[in-house]
Amino acid sequence: MTLLRLRNLSVTLRDRPVLADVSLDVAPGELVGLIGANGAGKTTLMRAALGLVPASGESSLAAMSPGARARAAAWMPQAREIAWPVTVETLVALGRLPHGRRPGPADAAAVDAALERMALEPFRHRTATRLSGGEQARALIARALAQETPLLMADEPIAGLDPAHQIATMEVFRALAAEGRGGLVSLHDLGLAARHCTRVVALAAGRVVADGPPAEVLTDDLLARAFHISAYHAETADGPVFQPLRVIR
Amino acid sequence: MTRLYAFLVPLVLVLGLISLCTGPAGMGVAESLRALFAGGEGPLTLVMREIRMPRMLLAVMTGGSLGLAGAAMQGYLRNPLAEPGLIGVSGSAAFGAVLAIQTGLSAAFALALPLMALAGALAAVVILLAMAGPRGGSLTLILAGIAISALAGALTSLVLNLSPNPFAANEIVFWMMGSLADRSMLHVWLALPFMVVGWTIFATVGRGLDALTLGEDAAASMGINLVRLQWGVVIATACVVGAGTAVAGAIGFVGLVVPHILRPFTGGRPGALLLASALGGAAMLLASDIAVRVILPERDLKLGVLTALVGAPFFLHLVWKVRRERA
Repeated sequence: MTLLRLRNLSVTLRDRPVLADVSLDVAPGELVGLIGANGAGKTTLMRAALGLVPASGESSLAAMSPGARARAAAWMPQAREIAWPVTVETLVALGRLPHGRRPGPADAAAVDAALERMALEPFRHRTATRLSGGEQARALIARALAQETPLLMADEPIAGLDPAHQIATMEVFRALAAEGRGGLVSLHDLGLAARHCTRVVALAAGRVVADGPPAEVLTDDLLARAFHISAYHAETADGPVFQPLRVIR
Repeated sequence: MTRLYAFLVPLVLVLGLISLCTGPAGMGVAESLRALFAGGEGPLTLVMREIRMPRMLLAVMTGGSLGLAGAAMQGYLRNPLAEPGLIGVSGSAAFGAVLAIQTGLSAAFALALPLMALAGALAAVVILLAMAGPRGGSLTLILAGIAISALAGALTSLVLNLSPNPFAANEIVFWMMGSLADRSMLHVWLALPFMVVGWTIFATVGRGLDALTLGEDAAASMGINLVRLQWGVVIATACVVGAGTAVAGAIGFVGLVVPHILRPFTGGRPGALLLASALGGAAMLLASDIAVRVILPERDLKLGVLTALVGAPFFLHLVWKVRRERA
C-alpha cells in the first residue's frame, strides 16, 4: 500500500520543462525529505502530485476526486496566507472542512490534538494575523495536521521557525510517520533532513538524482552535483551531524 | 454569533415595522397594520399594500442583497476594499436604465427601465465571462470589471452629454442617485426571481470562502472547486446587484461598509459573514429609507445620497480605528 504513487510525472510551463519523468512512492511510516537547489522543481513536484498544476504522467492523488483527495492528503503551501483576522483555533479548524459540514466532537478533538502537537494551546484564542511569522507558520502546520489525512505534504514548513521549533516540528512529522502516516516535506536544512527524515529525495533540474536513506543520498558527490557545496558529516552518539561548509564552483 | 443574530433579526423586524408606519399619510401604527393585514375598502389599505409594503420589501431585498454581495466579494477577493460594484455589473445596469430613460422607452412602458437595467447587467456578465474565461482567476476578473465600469460610466456620461432634452437629463441624474420612492409590487415581483437565484447561489459559497482564507492553493487542496466558486460569486452578485440596481438605482456604500462593521462580530470568518451582512444590509437600507422620509419629507432626498453621506464618514472612522490598531 502506498500513500502517494508518481509515475513519469512531467510538467512543462511556458514551453520550459520544469519536471521530467519523476517516479516516486511514499509509503506509510515514511517521512520523505525533498531537497534540491532553488528552482529544482520541489514545489512543482508537490503541486503536480496534488493535481494543482497540469502534468503528464501518473499521480495517484491527482487521479482522485477533489473531495477524496482532500481526505487523503493535506497540503501546506509555501505562501503563508491568512486573509482574515480569525483566531488560531478557527484557523486550525479550517483543516476540518473536507470532513463534512457540521462540526462535531471528532472535529473538536482533531483541532485540540493539532494545537497540542504544535504547542499552540496558549495561542488558541489569539488572532492569527497578529502573531509573528514563525507562530503563523506553526498555526498553518497545525491546520494541515487537523485535516488528519494519511499523507501530509508541506512546502518548506520549517522555514522561518526558530531552532527549537524547527526541531520540534520535524519531530512531530516523524511521530506522525511512526503512527503509520506519511510525510513529504521540502527542506533546505540538510542537517535536519539527515537527522529526521527516513528517506531523502534529491531533485536537480526537474529530475530525481538520488532517492534513499539520508546517509546514502547526502554524499559528497551528490552535494557537489545538486547543490555545488561541500559539507562535513559524521555519525555521532547523538545521531548524524551534517554541516554544509563551502560553495564549489 | 448567536448574540449577533439575536440583535440583527429583531433590528430588521423593528425597522421593517417602522418603515411600514412612516409616510405622509400620517396614520397610527395600529391603524396602519390593521389596514395592511385586515384589508378592507378605502385608501388606507391601498396606501399600505401598494405603496409602503413594496417600499419596505424592496429595502429589505436590495439592502440584504448588497450586504450579501459585498461580503461574498470581499471574501472571494480576500480584500476588505472589494464591493459589489467592482465587477462592473451595477455600472452597466445603470447604463441600461439611462438608455431606457433617454430613448423615452421608460415613459412608454413602465417596466422598460428595470428590464433594460437587467439587460445591462447581463451584458456585463457576458463580457466578464468572455474576458476572464473559465480559468481567468481573480486578477483578470477585477481588471475586466474595472474596464467594464469605466466603459459603462463613459457611455452614461455620453448619453447625458448629447442629451437634447434637459428633462430627460434631469430624470437620469435623479434616477442615478437611487431611490425606493413610488415603487410598486410589480417591482418586487420583477426583482425577486433574480435575487432568489443569487441568494441560493450565495448560500453554497460559504465553505469555499472560509477555505480561501488560507489562499487559493490550500483551498484547492481541501477539495474546493475554485472555478465554480469564482463564477458562483460573480453570477450571484450579477443577479442580486443587477436586479437591485434595476429597481432602486445605484445605491453605494452598503456593500462596502456593512461587511466591515460586522466582520469582527463573526470572528472574521467570511462564510459566517454572509448571513450577518445580509441582515445588516437590510437593516442599513431600511434605516436609510426611513431617514430620507423623516429628515426632508418635502424634498425627496435620494436614498443613494444618504447612504453615501452616512457611509463615507463612517468608513473613514473605521479606517481611523484600524490605523490606530496597526500603529
